[in-house]
Amino acid sequence: MTQQTTSGSRGLLQHEGLIFEFGSNDSTGVDLPEPKGRKSRLGGVTRAAKPALPGLSEPEAMRHYVRLSQKNYAIDLGLFPLGSCTMKHNPRLNEKVARMPGFSDIHPLQPMYTVQGALEMIEQLATWLKTLTNMPAVAMSPKAGAHGEWCGMAAIRAALYARGEGETRKRVLVPASAHGTNPATAVQCGFKVQEIRAAEDGRVCIDDLMSKLEGDTSDVAGIMLTNPNTCGLFERDIRKIADAIHEAGGYFYCDGANFNAIVGRVRPGDLGVDAMHINLHKTFSTPHGGGGPGAGPTVLSDALAPFAPVPFIRHDEDGFHLVEDAGTGDAKDSFGRMCAFHGQMGMFTRALTYMLSHGADGLKQVAEDAVLNANYVQAKLKSVMSPAFEGYCMHEALFSDAFLKESGLETIDIAKGLIDEGYHPMTVYFPLVVHGAMLIEPTETESKAELDRFCDALEAVAKAAKAGDEALKSAPYLAPLRRLDETQAARKPILRWTPPEPAEAAE
Amino acid sequence: MRYLPLSAADRAAMLDVIGAQSVDEFYHDVPEAARLGGKIDGLPDHQGELAVERHMAALAGKNRTASEGPFFVGCGAYKHHVPASVDHIIQRSEFLTTYTPYQPEIAQGTLQTVFEFQSQVAELTGMEVANASMYDGSTAAAEAALMACRVTKRKKVIVSGGVHPHYAETISTACETQGIEVIVLPAAFDDEAALSTYAADDVACLMGQSPNVFGTVTDMTAIADAAHAHKALFVSVFTEVVSLGLVKTPGEMGADIAVGEGQSIGNPLGFGGPYVGLFACSQKLIRQMPGRVCGQTVDADGKRGFVLTLSTREQHIRRDKATSNICTNAGLCSLAFTAHMTLLGGTGLEQLAMLNHEAACDLADALEAVPGVTLKTDRFFNEFAFETPMEAGALLEALDTKGVVGGVRASRVYPGVAELENVVICAATECNTAEGIAAYAKALGEVLS
Repeated sequence: MTQQTTSGSRGLLQHEGLIFEFGSNDSTGVDLPEPKGRKSRLGGVTRAAKPALPGLSEPEAMRHYVRLSQKNYAIDLGLFPLGSCTMKHNPRLNEKVARMPGFSDIHPLQPMYTVQGALEMIEQLATWLKTLTNMPAVAMSPKAGAHGEWCGMAAIRAALYARGEGETRKRVLVPASAHGTNPATAVQCGFKVQEIRAAEDGRVCIDDLMSKLEGDTSDVAGIMLTNPNTCGLFERDIRKIADAIHEAGGYFYCDGANFNAIVGRVRPGDLGVDAMHINLHKTFSTPHGGGGPGAGPTVLSDALAPFAPVPFIRHDEDGFHLVEDAGTGDAKDSFGRMCAFHGQMGMFTRALTYMLSHGADGLKQVAEDAVLNANYVQAKLKSVMSPAFEGYCMHEALFSDAFLKESGLETIDIAKGLIDEGYHPMTVYFPLVVHGAMLIEPTETESKAELDRFCDALEAVAKAAKAGDEALKSAPYLAPLRRLDETQAARKPILRWTPPEPAEAAE
Repeated sequence: MRYLPLSAADRAAMLDVIGAQSVDEFYHDVPEAARLGGKIDGLPDHQGELAVERHMAALAGKNRTASEGPFFVGCGAYKHHVPASVDHIIQRSEFLTTYTPYQPEIAQGTLQTVFEFQSQVAELTGMEVANASMYDGSTAAAEAALMACRVTKRKKVIVSGGVHPHYAETISTACETQGIEVIVLPAAFDDEAALSTYAADDVACLMGQSPNVFGTVTDMTAIADAAHAHKALFVSVFTEVVSLGLVKTPGEMGADIAVGEGQSIGNPLGFGGPYVGLFACSQKLIRQMPGRVCGQTVDADGKRGFVLTLSTREQHIRRDKATSNICTNAGLCSLAFTAHMTLLGGTGLEQLAMLNHEAACDLADALEAVPGVTLKTDRFFNEFAFETPMEAGALLEALDTKGVVGGVRASRVYPGVAELENVVICAATECNTAEGIAAYAKALGEVLS
């Protein structure tokens, strides 16, 4: 039915305004004791007026957020095939453990002897990460994947300066298929990016790479390579690439965003990697939370370990200690501090809980099922859609828009059509090296029945698009909102609520 | 395995459809030497919920929590009461298990809460606009320094001696790799004003903090004026967001960028993270702002809706020319912040701020009365520094034996600064009781006598 309702709601889908439109500056949903009214010691440095912020009573607030939540798609609602994001099930035991007061109600600067269990927990997680990657060291403080990339590249930079080559080695090779954070990170760390072409088979073009390492390589700082790469493929020449970059005097940064495909089966330390961040919110199931918080611990080779950021943990007969001061003692070569305190503790507890739940045997199964599920999706859809590359994939199946040629429709129309089928779309238009890319990562936590249902839905949408179904151009029809005008949003940015202009005095 | 739905029969049937003999075939590109035969050595096998919970609970049990007794530790992270409903809201599956709102038609829940968050942060800081949040206060401060350099096309940043040392170090680390000079002024209990003398035509920004790391509240308007006289920016930093319920805001002081830690609202201490960085600035600077931003627009039927916007600043579009490499915000922590702030409202926040201030005043009165104690902070909100004749670490350990966690020794964040060896930084919030404050004073008196 398309008729308007008086309330603006439609059945279970409730209309919900902004708190600024129905909350009042005088109401509050907390009961606090009355202040005693004692003399202020603020020295008169006070704000002119109380903040104009609406308050809601608890029932109103609960309703506000629950109503809004129902306008969101979520993993708990259905398959979330966002390629390169690894939207797997978030176990609730992890949430329970993270909320144990012994982890959630401790202060980062209380005396170290009062938080020995917390430091031991971080050390246990570090041990798992080092063992799973076969790397000798790990920096725990990076707060997200991109922060971990920064950590790895800053360590490379520090190592180059320690060699006396920091000013000269500025060139970092980055494949065209890389995630945008890679080139952005390299530049933020003071490097210059040189792009490497992709080969026909979706891997790095080895000829192009080697040609960039010919002749004078005294300006080469390293390479940033994602493996498995963003096309969902394993870089089969990875050892050769690692050797070539080392021979050129550079370091190998591996983007570990797709570690989920190989965890328990392949150890990056066996591939010649010098640094790799691990997204705990991908491989190790900490919740994505609508866009964070993440965590990006970064494993380091022996060559880079001395330059790791502070703080880090040391263990002796007196227990666990945080080494917090760069430039002294064990941290004399540290490149410094990346954030206040010690990293994303709340993500560490969840990730370790997940690892203990799976164990070495379960994590191997995780990787295998993730890869099996992706290959199953690829096999089921390859006759209708256009696989971007020949052969098996790893943890994600990549399609191009070749099958839409002459249909007049585009990748975006498939994505929006999938919304009406009750699914979150796959990642679209990424990686950039594939035209109209559709990147599907089902993850290991989907059953065969759910995969079948998803493939049926996507197949139907793909067939309709191929047949030129114009209606898809205006999809979605069944979501809380229709397609949004992103151009208007960017042209005239409205980034906060402002009170409506007073009505014109017409009377 | 309880998290893996595929059965052995499913796996066989799927391999059949694919036309593969075993999953090993999918790994054929892995160099032979790097293929592991069995599972990785040295790690235990899978365990049930009960066993895992026991393991983690044992580790948790070795830590002393902030609720176990009188607890006065602040210095950038604060113990506050969070309403029970906040944790319930952020555990809604639809918020917890969703991702960055790339598909706005099915992410209006997240997007509207982000828009409300941005509006609250802007109002709270007295600034024109705010972004969707940063990792934490310290990384927000580092991004502010980098942004000031982009805006002014200058490469020098001045940081006051009152800015939290972890923030100052984070700023220095981030700037160093881009060839930006960072001058951090010597530690000072009450000298944000020293920043003004560093204003110059080659300076990108002056960065001051109020309340500063020693708790001192400062009207930094003159610093902002000094910066502006040289076309430099003024960045106002805070680590205790509750203070903004009472103290002069960054906007009122003329800040161009305001950054700080939002943990106190909605988020537990959690041993330092995850927290939520707040980032606000003036409207004219928005195209140089780092991080995610949500904006209002309309859908095809003309209905109001929200989308992520101004993405041409961001790494996924601009790649090596992006304003920042940031790819996430502090999603769920910012949701906790906005939900708690919605429960408080302006009225509740102001009242909460007053309670914090009064608790700190009571604590200051009680400690000042102890012979040998000198207060080092004249104007404060909920945190101050004091000095005694005893080395601060030894003093805190002695207090601990009497059941009081008395604060942070200043030397932990300012190692090697001789004048600070005997200084303790302590905070009081609405969680501290009159009995706890009395216990602190009594214990301190006994230790120093």
